[in-house]
Amino acid sequence: MELLRFATAGSVDDGKSTLIGRLLYDTKSILEDQLAAVERTSKSRGDEYVNLALLLDGLKAEREQGITIDVAYRYFNTVKRKFIIADTPGHLQYTRNMVTGASTADLALILVDARKGVLEQTRRHAFIASLLRVPHLVLCINKMDLVDFDAGVFESIREEFRQFSMKLDVQDLTFIPISALGGDNVVTRSEKMPWYEGPTLLHHLENVHIASDRNLIHVRFPVQGVIRPASAKKFHDYRAYTGAVLGGVLRPGDEVMVLPSGFTTRIKSLELAGKSLEEAFPPMSVNVSLAEELDISRGDMICRPGNPPLVGQDIDAMVCWLSEASQLQPGARLAIKHTTRSARAMIKQLHYRLDVNTLHRDEQSPGLKLNEIGRVTLRTTVPLFFDEYRRNRNTGSFILVDEGTNATVGAGMINGAAV
Amino acid sequence: MLPCFFVSYELSHLEALEAESIFIIREVAAEFDKPVLLFSGGKDSAVMLHLAVKAFWPAPLPFPLMHVDTGHNFPEVIKYRDERAAELGARLIVASVQEAIDAGKVTEEKGPRASRNRLQTQPLLESIEQHGFNAVFGGARRDEEKARAKERVYSFRDEFGQWDPKNQRPELWSLYNGRHRRGEHIRVFPLSNWTELDVWQYIEQEKVALPSIYFTHRREVFRRDGMLMAWSPFLPLLPGESVSTAAVRFRTVGDMTCTACVESTADTIEQVIHEIKASRVTERGASRADDKFSETAMEDRKREGYF
Repeated sequence: MELLRFATAGSVDDGKSTLIGRLLYDTKSILEDQLAAVERTSKSRGDEYVNLALLLDGLKAEREQGITIDVAYRYFNTVKRKFIIADTPGHLQYTRNMVTGASTADLALILVDARKGVLEQTRRHAFIASLLRVPHLVLCINKMDLVDFDAGVFESIREEFRQFSMKLDVQDLTFIPISALGGDNVVTRSEKMPWYEGPTLLHHLENVHIASDRNLIHVRFPVQGVIRPASAKKFHDYRAYTGAVLGGVLRPGDEVMVLPSGFTTRIKSLELAGKSLEEAFPPMSVNVSLAEELDISRGDMICRPGNPPLVGQDIDAMVCWLSEASQLQPGARLAIKHTTRSARAMIKQLHYRLDVNTLHRDEQSPGLKLNEIGRVTLRTTVPLFFDEYRRNRNTGSFILVDEGTNATVGAGMINGAAV
Repeated sequence: MLPCFFVSYELSHLEALEAESIFIIREVAAEFDKPVLLFSGGKDSAVMLHLAVKAFWPAPLPFPLMHVDTGHNFPEVIKYRDERAAELGARLIVASVQEAIDAGKVTEEKGPRASRNRLQTQPLLESIEQHGFNAVFGGARRDEEKARAKERVYSFRDEFGQWDPKNQRPELWSLYNGRHRRGEHIRVFPLSNWTELDVWQYIEQEKVALPSIYFTHRREVFRRDGMLMAWSPFLPLLPGESVSTAAVRFRTVGDMTCTACVESTADTIEQVIHEIKASRVTERGASRADDKFSETAMEDRKREGYF
């Protein structure tokens, strides 16, 4: 059984909660006591129907205000896959939450109300999904029941979105006409839309090919730590580097290069907890032993000699600002975390602020406020070993942390080395 | 077009979850000087401990274990806890609710429905402070409860141990922010993305040992609020309640006063998994009285510093 992570975007009006509720309910993932609790609360609030949004909004403040504050994670599975939903709210701090949810997603699901068509918010969601390089995008045209299941409505929304998406970098785009309320084309095929020949939403989620979304070519193994149980007699000579494989396939015998030293050696063995491995690939966590003893520590990078990452201190990146309390401004000094490396960074230049609704570039912007996205050049105190974000989402991303408050204030996606 | 041999580079969901959890545990060991792992002897903490051992093998576990003992725990679980710690040569710190009561730091609830569940927060926070722990591993899962669905993997706690759900740090990719000041700490939840079924399937796959009460056994029980409670001196009967013997097992393991059992004849992991798949009630709904006080009982406890 494979694992698929997807992010949902949309507001309550689009029927997002109803759709998630439908997916969970039809796959038997909502259990009786959860449903009973929702029924009780719905009744006490005077709702006319069982409000499935209550199932999703867990915090007191959310229930009081009837809004979703934060990303919530949901889980369900079918015989084919286990699913993790990052459910991002449509109201407050929208961009911040969607960027968070999309950062780990294999697929983004965007809801469109069939009566309203492509809205500014639809374009914003799609842009964020493409900026975060979510490999698969699904546009669910919902509330088809309210437009008499008309193929023409579906076609025109599809065409309009297709036109817009040409401006974006979307790798795989799927359109599905649904009615979340009636369950049409969600889990079971709708009899009311015989003109639609594509898959149901669940069928698509179960079958979309995600195995090749990972980078299996460029070997990237940032060292997390060193295991050297010198005290244990039996393993006196044991020495291995721990980490998660972020790119490529590692095999015993492969020639590797270690950064920053540039020394080359061979992989002696790969294993985890005493079990030898023939190969290691993303996202496995393993122990790597090398043929020669080299001076290697956390934050170093193991790669293939002919295929190293970029190395440098000057980086060109898109940054989404996540803090309400402060702004990103040129000259700001921040802590940066990239793979297993922690350093400090200075914002050298803010090239432009990008309007997420119009994609207009504002080159006069003095800074980035909460939920704003812009292109920056930054300089780090030590060299980073990185890739362009579009090549590798794990070695191409970083976070910025305020050194005073310790809050995570920025999310960065690397365009490349700054020139 | 990618060559077709790439198709084989797939991980099962359990392999993917294991890889993520081990990465998180190793990140903490690398970035914090004083981590501790909360080990109650329950199935989730048993899996978390198993993952931690795998993460550092063949080196010994680089941090101690801690248990907050209410004094009302199942003896089978305490025995398992001690055996497991001894087997690994791990240091086990026990923070005692009884001692906190004796010292007058907390006041015991009165009456037949009294529970020491909520009293665990004080000894937990005191022990964290006393030992200077700055990262505390917990076995909580996001699928357990709706307040937990919003929890981060690295969850920041202020100097009072409080959780502020409205002001959490955004968590992106696998870049965890563990920065904190002295006196503050981070709760770390390596099993965030696991479900009850994942935990059981992993226990089966890895042959993780568990306390005996997770499997069927005969026990003296009585019914309260629709749940089957283990009869014990800590839980006096109310009028109308009567004790009978039944074949039961536990789906979760906590304080005896707030953990209920379910009728079951499952005596193997395979049978337990079969029952969970068929069950129409969540594990906390079936067996935790502590969540039934109100819709936000868990959030309220978590804000105060509970697990």
